[in-house]
Amino acid sequence: MSKKPTANTEKKATPAAAVNDFAKAPINARLTKEGKIELHRKMVRIRRFEERSLRAYQAKKIGGFLHLYIGQEAVAVGCCSLMGANDHVITAYRDHGHAIAVGMETKPLMAELYGKSTGCSKGKGGSMHYFDPSRNFWGGHGIVGGQIPLGVGLAYGVKYKGLKGAAMAFMGDGAVNQGAVHEAYNLASLWNLPVVFVIENNGYSMGTSQARSSAGALAQRAAGYDMEWGQCNGHDVYEVRAMMDVFLTRARETNRPSTVEIDTYRYRGHSVADPDNTYRSKQEIEEYRRTKDPIQVFQERLLAEGVLDESLIEKIDNEARTEAELTAEFAEASPFPTPDDIQKDVYWESDHPAERKSEGRLFFD
Amino acid sequence: MPVITYREAVRHALAEELERDTNVVVMGEEVAQFNGAYKVTEGLLARFGPDRIVDTPISEAGFIGMGIGASMLGVRPVMELMFWSFYSVAFDQILNNAANVRYMSGGQINCPIVIRGPANGGTNVGATHSHTPENVLANHPGVKVVVPATAYDAKGLLKSAIRDNDPVFFLENTMLYGEKGEVPTEEYLIPLGKADVKRVGKDLTIVTYGRCVLHSLAAAAVLEKEHNISVEVVDLRSIRPLDIDTVLASVGKTHRVLIVEEQKPFASVGSQLAYMIQREAFDELDGPIHRLATVDAPAIYSPPVEAEQLPNPQRVIKAALAAMA
Repeated sequence: MSKKPTANTEKKATPAAAVNDFAKAPINARLTKEGKIELHRKMVRIRRFEERSLRAYQAKKIGGFLHLYIGQEAVAVGCCSLMGANDHVITAYRDHGHAIAVGMETKPLMAELYGKSTGCSKGKGGSMHYFDPSRNFWGGHGIVGGQIPLGVGLAYGVKYKGLKGAAMAFMGDGAVNQGAVHEAYNLASLWNLPVVFVIENNGYSMGTSQARSSAGALAQRAAGYDMEWGQCNGHDVYEVRAMMDVFLTRARETNRPSTVEIDTYRYRGHSVADPDNTYRSKQEIEEYRRTKDPIQVFQERLLAEGVLDESLIEKIDNEARTEAELTAEFAEASPFPTPDDIQKDVYWESDHPAERKSEGRLFFD
Repeated sequence: MPVITYREAVRHALAEELERDTNVVVMGEEVAQFNGAYKVTEGLLARFGPDRIVDTPISEAGFIGMGIGASMLGVRPVMELMFWSFYSVAFDQILNNAANVRYMSGGQINCPIVIRGPANGGTNVGATHSHTPENVLANHPGVKVVVPATAYDAKGLLKSAIRDNDPVFFLENTMLYGEKGEVPTEEYLIPLGKADVKRVGKDLTIVTYGRCVLHSLAAAAVLEKEHNISVEVVDLRSIRPLDIDTVLASVGKTHRVLIVEEQKPFASVGSQLAYMIQREAFDELDGPIHRLATVDAPAIYSPPVEAEQLPNPQRVIKAALAAMA
């Protein structure tokens, strides 16, 4: 954390970094054994879901784009594990991890990818547009950076209603160059809105590396808006939680916004349409996977802590694989929406005809 | 009945809804301390305080997007665009986020937001400040678009818009803010999607909305007096939802149609109307549907010439005579 940093401000000076062992950060020290296992289980469930969805895509069961979260699991799981009743999440199109992290059931998620009526958006949103307002999850947005002003609006709503909570507005490293993001930063800081902007920096905005797309640093740009900022590693779920707890607590207690940059990595291409052979090396991917895989890192940690053992690891993994397989079976067996469904869920009023106050035609042919 | 300006009518609607529902907030550039760039919100800050009447920076994508996000949580923001022309810098927020979020969430979310402000030419401010985007907005299923012409309509429609659970885009007109009309003191609502026959006639139907209603009424008086043509003026008031039934009933009576709109001609609101009228009332028509629009070029600055680029009573008269020929 460093407010108004100078040019040579220490790059990793986060509150989390002040704690050498992130497991000892208060928010992690309070974790129960089952809480730790649940963090691990969620990351494994996300990975197996994503792997299964990739196979479904390759089998041509899924249309459009598919942006996989594999490699970034500790970010969504770490952040969303801190959510209280009045905390909210909004993210971009790489949204499957966040959806599972906030607790959405995976069957409707897979069914959505298949374009089925049992999908979480009834087959109307697709991969990039998962939503679950009942879990304070507001999407799932397709336009880079476009969701960030909405995230500020969630924070505004929490504050306006006099509630104690915060919004987390996730974006990728490519989003920081969008104007809407900077407008959102300014409003959040100007009006003291309880939002944490989370930059999931996986190093590449599609096929363009950070060095080729962004001048200067990313999180530090927040200082220009008189906002606190922080940076941490995203492969250690303890570290993610340790840093996010500080900024979320500040937002809830003081309404002050902040920007955090969480360094992470995706193992797959930008989307499944990206052959991933033009902008980075296989060695780079392999190196990260070997040394920083978030599931491996946490698994080893929990083994050392005596929380996990080999049989439990295997059990969790088998359950996640089975769950993922069942989501595909559920999706496969589910019906598609019908052409009659196309014009449903367009207007609140047309979906509630008994309560409609307006007159005239809402739809045209 | 009291006679007040269109500006006051909008202000009274805002004040009444702010009074009625604490979820309503008014936000926009210069709406609070400055009392409104066009004085529509004058006095609201003093009455409702800074939590309800909020000045925003010049940051349309940011504050409109913020309002949309807040509306998903049940706040009912009424956002002022100083000019609707500035919608282009918030286009993604307005027409990707507000218009689509209900659909993309499978009906789980709704956005009870109102975006309001003037959308008109005629004030010699050039092409960047003279857009009339009602056709562009209404092209997006999920949104509602309202363009009131009179003080009475502005108040009743804005109150309905603020209570609506869908995003409503409310297009006012700087040239109308000073126009006066009778507005009752007791509360009333006008439902969106209900046209109003502003003048009854039997020879020609003029379908119009916004400031062109006034031009059409002025032209109708001349056409009656000097040309013995009885004109019926149908004011749509709402573009989406659209009260096509009132239009068709009038066409069934007069059998001739002139559409008058302050739109660029290509794919305008009038284009949609003409399609629907020929499709649904083909046998009623005694001649082709005519349309008077803005002369097809970016808005010219030159003051006397801009008046000729836009519909005006003289141009309406000429177009009406052509439609009757």
